[in-house]
Amino acid sequence: MDYNVIWYIIIGLLLIGYAILDGFDLGVGALHLLSKGDTNRRIMLNSIGPVWDGNEVWLITAGGALFAAFPEVYATAFSSFYLPFMLLLIALIFRAVSIEFRSKEPNKRWRSTWDTGFSLGSIVAAILFGIAIGNVVVGFAIGANKVYQGSFLDLISPYTLLTGFFNLAMFTMHGAMYLNLKTQGDLQAQVQRWAKNAYFVFLAIFTLTTAATLYLQPTMIANFSFGLVEVPGKAHELVQQHQTLVSLVAWLIVILNVLSIANIPRALAKDKPMQAFISSACTIAAIVLLFALGIFPNMLVSNLSPDYSIDIYNGSSSQYTLRTMFWVAIWGLPFVIGYTSLIYWTYRGRTELNESSY
Amino acid sequence: MTLDVEFLSRLQFAFTIMFHYIFPPFSIGMGLLLVIYESLYFFTRKKVYESITRFWIKIFAANFSIGVATGIVMEFEFGTNWARYSRFVGDIFGSPLAAEGIFAFFLESGFLAVLLFGWHKVKPGFHLFSTCMVALGSMMSAFWIVVANSWQQTPVAYELATTVDGYTRAVITDFWAVVFNPSSMVRFSHSVVGAFVQGAFLVLSVSAYFIIKKRNLEFAYRSFTIALIVAAVASLAQPLIGHNHAQVVGEYQPAKLAAFEGLYETQTRAPLAIIGYTDPEEQKTVALEIPGMLSWLLYEDCDAEVAGLDQFPKEDWPPVAQVFQSYHLMVGLGGIFIGITLLSLFLLWRKALFDKTWLMRLFIPMVALPVIANQAGWYSAERGRQPWIVQGLLRTKDGLSESVQAPEVLISLVLFAVVYALLFFVWLYVLDREIKHGPEDHTLAPEVGYLQKGERVNAVKKLTGSND
Repeated sequence: MDYNVIWYIIIGLLLIGYAILDGFDLGVGALHLLSKGDTNRRIMLNSIGPVWDGNEVWLITAGGALFAAFPEVYATAFSSFYLPFMLLLIALIFRAVSIEFRSKEPNKRWRSTWDTGFSLGSIVAAILFGIAIGNVVVGFAIGANKVYQGSFLDLISPYTLLTGFFNLAMFTMHGAMYLNLKTQGDLQAQVQRWAKNAYFVFLAIFTLTTAATLYLQPTMIANFSFGLVEVPGKAHELVQQHQTLVSLVAWLIVILNVLSIANIPRALAKDKPMQAFISSACTIAAIVLLFALGIFPNMLVSNLSPDYSIDIYNGSSSQYTLRTMFWVAIWGLPFVIGYTSLIYWTYRGRTELNESSY
Repeated sequence: MTLDVEFLSRLQFAFTIMFHYIFPPFSIGMGLLLVIYESLYFFTRKKVYESITRFWIKIFAANFSIGVATGIVMEFEFGTNWARYSRFVGDIFGSPLAAEGIFAFFLESGFLAVLLFGWHKVKPGFHLFSTCMVALGSMMSAFWIVVANSWQQTPVAYELATTVDGYTRAVITDFWAVVFNPSSMVRFSHSVVGAFVQGAFLVLSVSAYFIIKKRNLEFAYRSFTIALIVAAVASLAQPLIGHNHAQVVGEYQPAKLAAFEGLYETQTRAPLAIIGYTDPEEQKTVALEIPGMLSWLLYEDCDAEVAGLDQFPKEDWPPVAQVFQSYHLMVGLGGIFIGITLLSLFLLWRKALFDKTWLMRLFIPMVALPVIANQAGWYSAERGRQPWIVQGLLRTKDGLSESVQAPEVLISLVLFAVVYALLFFVWLYVLDREIKHGPEDHTLAPEVGYLQKGERVNAVKKLTGSND
């Protein structure tokens, strides 16, 4: 295993961390307007109050790590998705500022305006992430020299819209699982109803997205098809040499995915909110893992020619940088996990409002 | 001036970075003050320091969140608008950005949660520790981002390699040499000390407002005094660091230094301009000057030769007139900070400071000046590097994204302009509200919670009438 593969894994881990952590707070945002009354809305907001900022740092760090380890991927992806990413930034800004400023003023209109900003920002961000990932799955018009040949509208197709809404549904469900942990009483009863509805919406879109992906891009399972589906371009030697092992592991993840999805309603019915939350977190992790395994060793797929795809070799930094930054990451990650655990431990339990709350 | 991709991308980057840079210096400067205030509370357990710490935490929070929100934009923009630049420098420039995320942002955001919401939730010692970690995190973040920027100014420890696609990129040869490149430490100190000045002046401004309104006087006097000491020390340190910085610029970016001073001809006994103007067309600088001073400052020798802009082809000149003015604006403002803080310290020593209503009135709007000074300093540094995006290696116009079109940048620029204008007014509005609401009055009812053993002992002692 070389440093390119290791960095692919590290960035994958950062993305999983981001999707699980910011996933639930974007989901809370998507559900925010459904809650009625100021106290309920404040509880919703404060359930993510101490953690949303740290969750977003996973995105910033994933971006920085991508820039450091795979600058060509960073440059091509960010310049190809110019307008979607600009909208994403605006959405994230609105969201952050809405959280901060909503409760600074008792005025009803002030609060409902920021409530809308918070919710819309969260919804738009979740959809845009999904659209970006959808484009990587089906590929987009990367030409020779790694430069995008298409326009903004080429990025929007029925499939990428579907993945956009898939992501929104996934985060919303995950957000409901989180709120179920953090609320009590009437609000919790309400949250559990949302959780059920969100789950069924997610299940429907998940099935649809899986089917559409297999139909439009059957090569997404080439890496773990026990050699049955031919890999476009050239397969990574790790996959070639360990075809059976890789396939077995991947199908184990598929099974884990199905099991965790199936476990969500079971845990909800048995009133085990932590188990339900962990199941939805596992669902997200499994989906990101399968996506990463599906495109490996590519990071950005060109739909013009497999030769134009950017993979972990033609898109990477020098070996020196990958090695140095590997040690930086090894030194840093325990601290990251330490701080994150510390904060979640400090703010464990149901959310209650006090004078420091938003 | 045409609305092409280059112009629009540069305008957008300049606008978003300048807007962003209003906030981090406040966070860094106030972070330091919060550490001081909370330490005083922790060790003295005086109620007034509790209300001081908790009030400034609220102001800190409003700054911090906008700083974070506008900071994400910066990390995206290298890729969205400057893809060729990103490909060129990614092997080097990406590493400090990643390190900033791993070492600074996680530290900062994690402990920020304790700082903002933990007053009653965690032990006082742990809260103080969290405050220190947030302050440290904000400085570490400044360190890594200044490292990245400094490599653009003084690139070292790289070699140029050709990629498979046939273009050139810079490849790192020594990580630590990049981190401690010739300008990184001096530029880091200069920026952080500038941030201390800015944060301290915010506290001075708000405290002066309370003093004039005769509200929360004990709170205001103590906040003011400590912030004044920080502001004075930082203001005095700034010209010394700035002097070192200018020497580094003179050595590695002589065209920039020549533009700072409007120096067209290479000369011995080069003068230092105090105030004036320069006309690059006529190659003429009219200014109040100290003869030989520039030579002396750079080389400690009045007769040393200083390179003028005549050493460089005209297409490699920075925009001389703008850089000259922004640089002198920064220096001039720095002089004002030294003057006013020393005067105030003198009056404080004479116990006459807080009665000087005119001075207190002056301090209220003065918070704008360090913001302008910090902006002008960065403006000089970045404009002075032009036409290069990486000094001597890559021109700004060659760093753009290949696939991004002018209308797209125009759309995003307008979006940012609208959203940031809104943000700015909301920020002012919220600050205004927090300030008018003021700190919780510590002389009224004691706060619930935070009753530690020591405090109870003191309370008992007071009841029994014994002195400690």
